[in-house]
Amino acid sequence: MLGADELVINMGPQHPSTHGVLRVKLKLDGERVIGSECIIGYLHRGVEKIAENRTYQQFAPYVDRMDYVAAVSSGLGYCEAVEKLLVVEAPPRARVIRTILTELQRIASHLLWLGTHALDIGALTPLFYCFREREEILKIFEKYCGARLTTHAFRIGGLQYEAYDTFEKDVERFCKDFESRIVEYETLLTQNRIWIGRTKGVGILTAADAIAFGVTGPVLRASGVKWDIRKAAPYAAYDQYKFEIPVGTTGDTYDRYLVRMEEMRQSRLICLQAIENIPAGPIMAKVGKVLKPPPGEVYHAIEAPKGEIGYYIVSDGTVMPYRVHIRPPSFINLQAFDRMVRGHLVADVVAIIGTIDIVLGEVDR
Amino acid sequence: MSAAIQATIEFVKLYWAPLLCGVVIVAILPLIVGYIVLVERKLMADMQARLGPMRVGPHGLLQPIADALKLLIKEDIIPDNADKLVFWLAPVLSVGAALLSLAGLAIGPAFQIAQDINIGILFVVGISALGIFGIVLGGWASNSHYSLMGALRSSAQLVSYETAAGMALVSALLFTGTLNIKSIVEAQSKEGIWYVMLAPVAFFTYLVASIAETNRAPFDLPEAESELVAGYMTEFSGFRWSLYFLAEYTNMIVVASVATTLFLGGWLRPFSHVPWLNFLDFVPTLLMVAVGAYCIVRVPKQPVRVQQMFMMAVAGLCFVVGLVLAVPVLVPIAKPFYAGIHGGFWFIFKVSLYIYFFMWLRFTIPRYRFDQLMRLGWHFLIPLSIINVLLVGVALIAGSYFNLHGWGLLLVTTPAAVIALVAALLILAAEKEHDERQQPNTASDFYAG
Repeated sequence: MLGADELVINMGPQHPSTHGVLRVKLKLDGERVIGSECIIGYLHRGVEKIAENRTYQQFAPYVDRMDYVAAVSSGLGYCEAVEKLLVVEAPPRARVIRTILTELQRIASHLLWLGTHALDIGALTPLFYCFREREEILKIFEKYCGARLTTHAFRIGGLQYEAYDTFEKDVERFCKDFESRIVEYETLLTQNRIWIGRTKGVGILTAADAIAFGVTGPVLRASGVKWDIRKAAPYAAYDQYKFEIPVGTTGDTYDRYLVRMEEMRQSRLICLQAIENIPAGPIMAKVGKVLKPPPGEVYHAIEAPKGEIGYYIVSDGTVMPYRVHIRPPSFINLQAFDRMVRGHLVADVVAIIGTIDIVLGEVDR
Repeated sequence: MSAAIQATIEFVKLYWAPLLCGVVIVAILPLIVGYIVLVERKLMADMQARLGPMRVGPHGLLQPIADALKLLIKEDIIPDNADKLVFWLAPVLSVGAALLSLAGLAIGPAFQIAQDINIGILFVVGISALGIFGIVLGGWASNSHYSLMGALRSSAQLVSYETAAGMALVSALLFTGTLNIKSIVEAQSKEGIWYVMLAPVAFFTYLVASIAETNRAPFDLPEAESELVAGYMTEFSGFRWSLYFLAEYTNMIVVASVATTLFLGGWLRPFSHVPWLNFLDFVPTLLMVAVGAYCIVRVPKQPVRVQQMFMMAVAGLCFVVGLVLAVPVLVPIAKPFYAGIHGGFWFIFKVSLYIYFFMWLRFTIPRYRFDQLMRLGWHFLIPLSIINVLLVGVALIAGSYFNLHGWGLLLVTTPAAVIALVAALLILAAEKEHDERQQPNTASDFYAG
């Protein structure tokens, strides 16, 4: 047992900080990682196959179950993809409300990431502060559509529900409070010697590597690549708002932390701009009760909190899609894990899993 | 025959008090530890904007008892591949060492189990260090990778930080010239100044090293739950696990007591030799009355009648303790009990503050990585503590040359502390330079330490 060989340990699928049922096989030399292998599939539900046996509307709630901490974003991607296939466009009012809810979801998802990431590195307290704010966002979701997590907030062609009476006021109040709350998290972490020691220089991913792996989202931007679909191919109502895309320089864990913190600030600004002027009008485009898109195919991607979530849908002209392929950001970002983790210590493994920000529901689908 | 009876009586006479004391401590210590855990959870909840345990008893006051009961009746699991004997022995060893080291401590001039050990501090430190065997053996016997890594980390950590802690203790011991616990406190009483003032750098070193020794955050790597599941405790459950838990918290009490005795004046009241500050004798009473009053204020808020009564009982207890603390100050006949009763209060008060600091730290900052922890120990704390011993020694020689005593000693120890601080900053600067020269992304080989 105490030979001088490498030690192979199994992290997961039941491990406190693999963020779900990820199993990582680590080959260790002492405490240094010399190789790793991610074993996934414990949460595979065959979401793509299910799509082939459901109508377009019936399948919409299923995408909420992929990235269950950012269900609104997944839903937006799917609805817009089908709309593209149907060649309809959601009315302006629906698009603005979609933008607000999606940005709130981005903040909620990043808050969950921040809390659990800090918890993995041993800072217990930020988690509860993050959940306090996340709760406010979930309350807004609940008031809007009755669900907190798997919301199914949008419909193909627009929205099912009109924004409730105090919607703008709630969002505004949240955004006003949130400004000082981010400062609270930063006080605990950003300048903390231990936090910097644990994150700086850990899990470096160069820009070239990041592009080669197909990594997207904050992980890509922290490596210094300024790529954000909200700017590159604006969807919903993003072209109407001013916001910055934060980028990092070295692509280490600390940079990814800073990028996500800044993204929360930018999302807050987008929400504030959006509630200023929500256009009046219908919330649903003219789509029939039975959706029969013309035969053809479409790929539509949006910037989810974790990266590019893309839907490739093939229609054969019937009520059910012929094939749906989903490009999940967590799954593709996870591929860079081995590159990031090699040469580091066991303690860094959990920091790196946390910093990629995966959700196993989306990795396994 | 009668000689044997005589000997037995002699034996009982000589040892009954320590025995009784020992039994009482072993019996109530789990309860005390339980309530320390409750306090920790409540503090954590307070810092994290939530309530903490609220269900069992008013404000969760009975939670520790419920927890203990649950742990006792849990199924006892020993892994198939574990080394049964060592697995059984390890937690016992850990908790035994922790409890044994309590014996040397003096809670006030009146309460000490093992009277007059002339190597007092050495005994306490030595025995509490033995507890590491429980952790190493437990980790090894579990036959699990996580446990083994936790045990290895723990032993490396203890070896590294025990050195720094020992050096810090030496700095303070230089002032007393004795290892006897009572004499140490009496020396501080005679000088009229606590050694934390005379050797602040040593106190700081001991503070950091004691956190690492007790495996508390930010040095809780042996049981880092996010990396090693639960480190050496991974395979332990139920009562065995609770023994480890008991040992950990007892160790906390031990290191806090050692720091209190050596640096914070043990059972002495703050400024015990300043007559015009004698009104401080009322502080303990007022504190207890305040806690009791708060309980009474909270009574109407309790939902159930039983909980209201419980709250009243707690308030009553506080008042009784307050009264006990007030009597020796007010009633002349009870004067002889003053030192014992108030000494106990101040000692426990200081230990509580020390433990509070531990908890505060745990909720505030993240965890060190193992190589960083080792580097902090070997490259910073140990050199600093060695330099500090030298400086304190030089300061003492200078002090005796100028014939300085008490507060006067500050004239020579303060420059020594300043020089030590400068040394600390120099070490940190050298570390930083070394870091920058090193390739990023290559941690030093800490097992070579």
